[in-house]
Amino acid sequence: MAIKDYLRERFFPHLWCSGCGHGIVLNSLLRALADLGMSKNEIVMVSGIGCSSRISGYVDFHTLHTIHGRALAFATGVKLSRPELNLLVPMGDGDALAIGGNHFIHAARRNIDLTAIVMNNRIYGMTGGQYSPLSGQGIMATTAPYSNIDYDFDTVELAKAAGATFVARSTTYHTQQMTKMFRQAILHEGFAMVEILSQCPTYFGRKNRAGSAIDMMESYKENTTPIGSKSKMENPDLIERGIFVQKEVPEYCNEYDKIIEKAMKGR
Amino acid sequence: MNENIKFVQGNEACVEGALFAGLDFFAGYPITPSTEIAELLSIRLPQRGGKFIQMEDEIASMCAIIGASLTGSKVMTATSGPGFSLMQEALGYAIMAEIPCVIVNVQRGGPSTGIPTRVSQGDVNQARWGTHGDHAIVAITASNHQDVFETTVEAFNISETYRTPVILLYDEVIGHMRERLIVPKEGEVPSVKRLKTSVREGVDYHPYLPREDGRLPMSDFGGVHRYNVTGLFHDMWGFPSDNPKVVHDLLRHLVDKIHNNVNQITKYKSYYLDDAECILISYGSAARSALHVVDYLRPRGEKIGLLELQTLWPFPHSLISEKCRKAKYVIVVEMNMGQILKEVRIAVEEPEKIFLANRIDGVFITPMDIRNIMRLIQGKGV
Amino acid sequence: MERCRMVFSGSGGQGIITAAVIFAEAAVLHENLNAVQSQAYGPEARGGATRSDIIISDTDINFPKVIQPNVLVCLTQEAYNKFYPILRPGGLLITDTRFVKIHKNVDAQQKELPLFRSVMDTIGKPIVLNICMLGAVISFTEIVKSQSIMKILASRIPSSFLDMNKKALDLGMELAAAHKT
Repeated sequence: MAIKDYLRERFFPHLWCSGCGHGIVLNSLLRALADLGMSKNEIVMVSGIGCSSRISGYVDFHTLHTIHGRALAFATGVKLSRPELNLLVPMGDGDALAIGGNHFIHAARRNIDLTAIVMNNRIYGMTGGQYSPLSGQGIMATTAPYSNIDYDFDTVELAKAAGATFVARSTTYHTQQMTKMFRQAILHEGFAMVEILSQCPTYFGRKNRAGSAIDMMESYKENTTPIGSKSKMENPDLIERGIFVQKEVPEYCNEYDKIIEKAMKGR
Repeated sequence: MNENIKFVQGNEACVEGALFAGLDFFAGYPITPSTEIAELLSIRLPQRGGKFIQMEDEIASMCAIIGASLTGSKVMTATSGPGFSLMQEALGYAIMAEIPCVIVNVQRGGPSTGIPTRVSQGDVNQARWGTHGDHAIVAITASNHQDVFETTVEAFNISETYRTPVILLYDEVIGHMRERLIVPKEGEVPSVKRLKTSVREGVDYHPYLPREDGRLPMSDFGGVHRYNVTGLFHDMWGFPSDNPKVVHDLLRHLVDKIHNNVNQITKYKSYYLDDAECILISYGSAARSALHVVDYLRPRGEKIGLLELQTLWPFPHSLISEKCRKAKYVIVVEMNMGQILKEVRIAVEEPEKIFLANRIDGVFITPMDIRNIMRLIQGKGV
Repeated sequence: MERCRMVFSGSGGQGIITAAVIFAEAAVLHENLNAVQSQAYGPEARGGATRSDIIISDTDINFPKVIQPNVLVCLTQEAYNKFYPILRPGGLLITDTRFVKIHKNVDAQQKELPLFRSVMDTIGKPIVLNICMLGAVISFTEIVKSQSIMKILASRIPSSFLDMNKKALDLGMELAAAHKT
């Protein structure tokens, strides 16, 4: 299927600012779905609130645009009720790791078969540039006018510790890697988390003198490196890209099917 | 022995009602005094292929049942005050997105952690206005286990008919005490199935365009119609809109679909109202004490009656107005500081004849408490 | 029949509530009576004085709590001290001789039964003390037949434990019969 067929074109142009990384994430995601030849009726996209969540409006799937931070909880209900459906859950910093942090770790812990996409732009864009749990120390934001003193989460480490069975990270600069990762994450049976560093030139960029969208994307090229590369050993500040965890662990809905079998036998 | 006779807690009567109504999916988080509902459903649901999940909190529970409902499942969650507070935002979402679901609140004393193991009816107004923004809501209750069963089935029926969340406001006394329940046979109590769209694949389906009778046929997620569901104001396709006419029409629809059907939705029981000079108005477990008083005083010549409300929201103002017209005085019996009392005062023509018999100390209101208030009103002292 | 209002009391772990549920359930399922059973929940139910209320009647029961029982069972001193004042004057008071020392001047039919000692002597398992107590209660009150209690037990416990429970129930009935006046 051509990727345009996955779009609700009548809603374009989209509402993201020019230079925003989220459109690149959408592009890579649709390419991954096209590569896999997935039909639109078997995909449910569940999103929360924020710039990232608007992605669900532009795709011609079953789309559930929910409330802030709770996308994974809604998605858990959809998935457990209809395990044959494929669940995609795009989230921003706040959805995934601030208000929704609890649902994030618990969905990972259950190993329920969802694909969680964390679009990390290190800022709250929709509300105008406040710091997020992924901003980190020293970052300027409208609510950190003297610079931020909060430490940031490492999304990958958090997902690993919570038990996610597929954990990966890439950036909007590395679109082919991103597409490949999405393909693997969707095929993975269990909770898959893909973090994408996605630029927000409008708020993060301006507040932090990070330059244009292109400058920010170039910084993704310069400041990241494949997992375990030589340059990482030489420069520990580089952010690693790639698949950190990929393991087979019994999936939640399958396990629940066994509970049903047990309960029915016991009658 | 009749196989269908059981001796159970009210929470179990609720479970039986939910299963009778076709419950497929339950998500919840343990909280006293509702926990038995979750425990029982964790046993019963998988026995018939249904799904039970204990979520990480009540917020997630409410969200999960909404997600499951969209796939065509009949869904429920159960909680008590603190958990009900956490559910409010997602409850508003279910109202806005018109998702059928049932929320049980087995009330305990509040605010905050309050008094977890003791009875209260303090969440009546929270059920009405707990979530933000203008909206309508349906909340129903019952005073004995047979009625708990039937109101639970009714909650599912209303939620499917009007595509709305329905709140079952039980309380600790009803939830925990045990008494007889006769589980009806299939078909003995009507059960409303989900209204599904007849629009074929490839033909434009409008998920939010009401039919002439006001009902909205649904299409399951995973089915042939792909559409958008959102908590934003939305058009007939479910896509966000800030068009003033769209906003106005949707809000009117959400409120009118409930408030224009008050008479269809309202359920109540009346005892000796025809010639009653004193009318007790009560609901939930408190109505048991009120009925005790009526049963005691009637044979002794007092013209006393009871109006037991089962539907609390939408509030049946015209019913109250009509039933209380001839009464000399009306006493609202409830275990809060007068939450239904205020509605009754609005409903009747002479609000000065309305009195409150209540208890707010976690102790179940007794017939003596009610009779003491009656004596005061009658000028007899206590 | 006259409405029977009962309170079973003791400490957590004595099976007070289970006994109350079995008794009331037997009345409803096998004696065609109405019954309401309730209990105190919360921290105090896990240690300290446990209490369960039962009302049995052949008519509708509205108010579900017992304010003044006409049958009171106390299996600990603490429960006795707490609850004996609520007994209806002239009501039936059943206590265990091992655990409870009673005040002699209470207006009640006081039945001090060696329930615990007899259970230990003849069965050797304290776990069936509650069923032995139930045997005494059904013997004194004559509302529920022992067969009805056994039917409920059969639906609740593994068949290998039924004999022991039957023995305990019979034991309680015998003890009560010896104390009937």
